[in-house]
Parts: sequence; C-alpha cells; structure tokens
Amino acid sequence: MKIRHHLTDDLIMGYSSGTLPEAVNLIVATHVSLCDECRAAVESYDAVGGALVEGSDMVEVSDACLSGALDLIRNGAWSATEARMSAGDDVLPAPLADYVGGTLEDVKWRPVGMGVKQAILPTSDTATARLLYIPAGTAIPDHSHSGMELTLVLKGAFEDDDGRFARGDIEVAHEEVHHTPVADISEDCICLAVTDAPLRFKGLLPRLVQPFVKI
Amino acid sequence: MDVSGAESDVSGGTVLSSQQIRTAGPEGLETSKNDTTEDLMTLLIRIRDHKDEAAFVAVFRHFAPRLKSFLMRSGTDAALAEECVQEVMATVWRKAHLFDPSRASVATWVYTIARNKKIDVLRKQKRPEPEDLPWGPEAEPDQADVIGLQQESEQLGAAIAALPEKQRELIEKAYFGDYTHSEIAEQTGLPLGTIKSRIRLALERLRRAMDQK
Repeated sequence: MKIRHHLTDDLIMGYSSGTLPEAVNLIVATHVSLCDECRAAVESYDAVGGALVEGSDMVEVSDACLSGALDLIRNGAWSATEARMSAGDDVLPAPLADYVGGTLEDVKWRPVGMGVKQAILPTSDTATARLLYIPAGTAIPDHSHSGMELTLVLKGAFEDDDGRFARGDIEVAHEEVHHTPVADISEDCICLAVTDAPLRFKGLLPRLVQPFVKI
Repeated sequence: MDVSGAESDVSGGTVLSSQQIRTAGPEGLETSKNDTTEDLMTLLIRIRDHKDEAAFVAVFRHFAPRLKSFLMRSGTDAALAEECVQEVMATVWRKAHLFDPSRASVATWVYTIARNKKIDVLRKQKRPEPEDLPWGPEAEPDQADVIGLQQESEQLGAAIAALPEKQRELIEKAYFGDYTHSEIAEQTGLPLGTIKSRIRLALERLRRAMDQK
C-alpha cells in the first residue's frame, strides 16, 4: 500500500504538542496507524517536545510531591482509563475501533440521502468526527465548507480535483476549496471525515435536506 | 550500557540555556540537574528491569521540576501541577516496560506521557494514540540504534538552544503554552503568517542541524 496524501506539518506538530481538538487527534492517530512516514514525523516532533522539557526552566517541587509519587507506585490502584486499545480490523485501525466501540459491524450508520450513510463519533465538540459510507460511483455535490475538512479513506477510493485518494490517504481541505469528490465505481467507499466547526443539532432542518452542506 | 565516555562529555542533552551550552567545557555542568541522556536511560532501564526505587527517585528529581514548569506554563496552578507530576511519574514507573531506547530518549518518552496528562487535565479529552506497529517493540533493540538515538537527542537539544530567540520562543509557546498558532497570533499581535513562517524556519533549522552530523 503506497500512501500518496499525507498529513501537513501543522497537523503533525499540533498532534505532538497536544493542541488539536480530539476529533482531529483521532484522524491524525488513524492516519499514522497506516502511514510509517507520518509516524516517523510524529516521533521527530515528539523529540522536539522532549528536548524542550529537558532544556526547560525548573520550578521547585515540594517533598510531598515525591512522597506522594512513591506512595502511588507502591500502593496505587491504576485507573481503568488506561485500558488496552481495541485491536482494530481491516477497515478500522485501533484508535478508530476504540471510538466505534468494536468493529465495522458495530458502526451505527444513519442514512443521509442518496445511499450515503454517516455515523458521528463521540468526541469533544470543538470538532466533529464522522464515518461516511459512500456507495460506489456516487458523486458528492459540489460543496464548500466553513473551516477545515479532513478526509481519510479507510476503504475504496475517491477522486477529486486534487487527485485520487485510496486507503490511508488523507485530504486536507480548507474553506476556500470547492470540490466534487466521486467514489470509485468498483467499490463502496468508507471515509473518516473531520470538520472543525462545532456540531449543530437544532434549527438547521432545511440544511438536513442537503446533507453534504454539513460535511 | 557499553557507551563510550566521549559522548557524555559533550555538554550533555540537558541544555539549560544557549549561554550554558556555549560555555560548558568537557567538564560539563556538574550538578545533579545535568544527568546525561544515557544516565537517564540507564536509570529507566533499572526501573524497567528491576523495579528499582532508588532509580525512580533519581528520575523523579531530574524531571519533576521540569515537568512542573511545563505544566504551569500550560496554565495549571502549582498544586495541580504537582498532582499531575506525581501521576506522570507514577505512569513512568508503571509503563517502563514500554520504553524502547531505540525509538525515543527518556525525555521524549516522559514528554509524551506529560503531554497526554495535560490533555486529560486541561482539555478533559481522551488522547487517541496510533496503533502499535504490527511487529511490536523489539525485545532487544540494536545497541547501535540506541546509541544513535541518544546522540541525536543531545544534538537536537543543542540545536534548539542555538535557535534565534524569536524562533525558539514560538516553538516553546506552541509546545508548552497549549496554544494553537491562531491563539499565539492573538496573544503576540503578530500576523498568523509570521507565526507560521517563524515556526517553519525554526523547524527547517533543526532539520538542517540534524542532517549535518
């Protein structure tokens, strides 16, 4: 598998420094699970963080802090939040499987028109992550978006003005972009899409008729 | 660890300021605050392999004051910062078996744990991590890889210390301040384009410094 479309430096640095919304971290972690090149880049940015900590100012720490840490390592009950990650499957890499809570079979799809289905994943609301299921050969109407849209292909492929995107490829589109992605004719396409505008639940009924305005 | 003494004499990865790195001679900066990257690695391996509490205390003394500073610059108060430092260091103990010295320096590994703690505490978010590589961590990493990685870490520390002030400040803000580039632009009054290009320049310099070895 040859990945042609990668993360931007901004996204990799944001992931490493921990300043991205959860949904964006999710798409970065998912891409990195599939892309050794971007994995290496993330590790380089982490090394910058490590060097900064190493060279950082020092603030005096109380003795109680050390004794508290010793107490934790001797007697601490480890929190359950550090449970092992899901294994992932052929379509959903492990970080995504965690958010779905299982495998592709467990995704709770909702139809949004023209055979397209979506499933919104539970993340903090500063950005929205959703899985999209696009039937083979379907063209998504020309749309522009307010803010950033990231699309990572998990299965099948789509094509637009920026080229062809297959499994592992990520498209980074900004608001000025108008595009008409078309799913490959041979296979249904599953993507993870992240938009950085907050999710709006109410008062947008007219828009729901035009599902792709929201993508 | 069979690591020749030559590297540890070169002012160390524990650069406190560009001033000090320029003035530090072969005798180095002789305080407990200046453990070399390989000392730290040896200590961490003692934690990993022998659950050695004395090694833990030494690693704690090295990182706790730095992590407290890191967390306070991200906006936590002193008490919360110490609470986080405790938990980060306990995680270091608990996850020591996952430390792979051919892939990260101790400082880098500790940084990733502290960053995740920061996201958890300040943003109340989970942190999605990439899937492990299919072949998993190697039982016995190649010593040449380990030494190479530790040397690169020290060079990177020196290269960061040698960055022009304005560029280094922005890199620090981006990592320590919990600010996006746009937020840094608002704070500093500099245009977003300037922020981005300074960060890009800084990263270019770091890349060049690392390529020249």
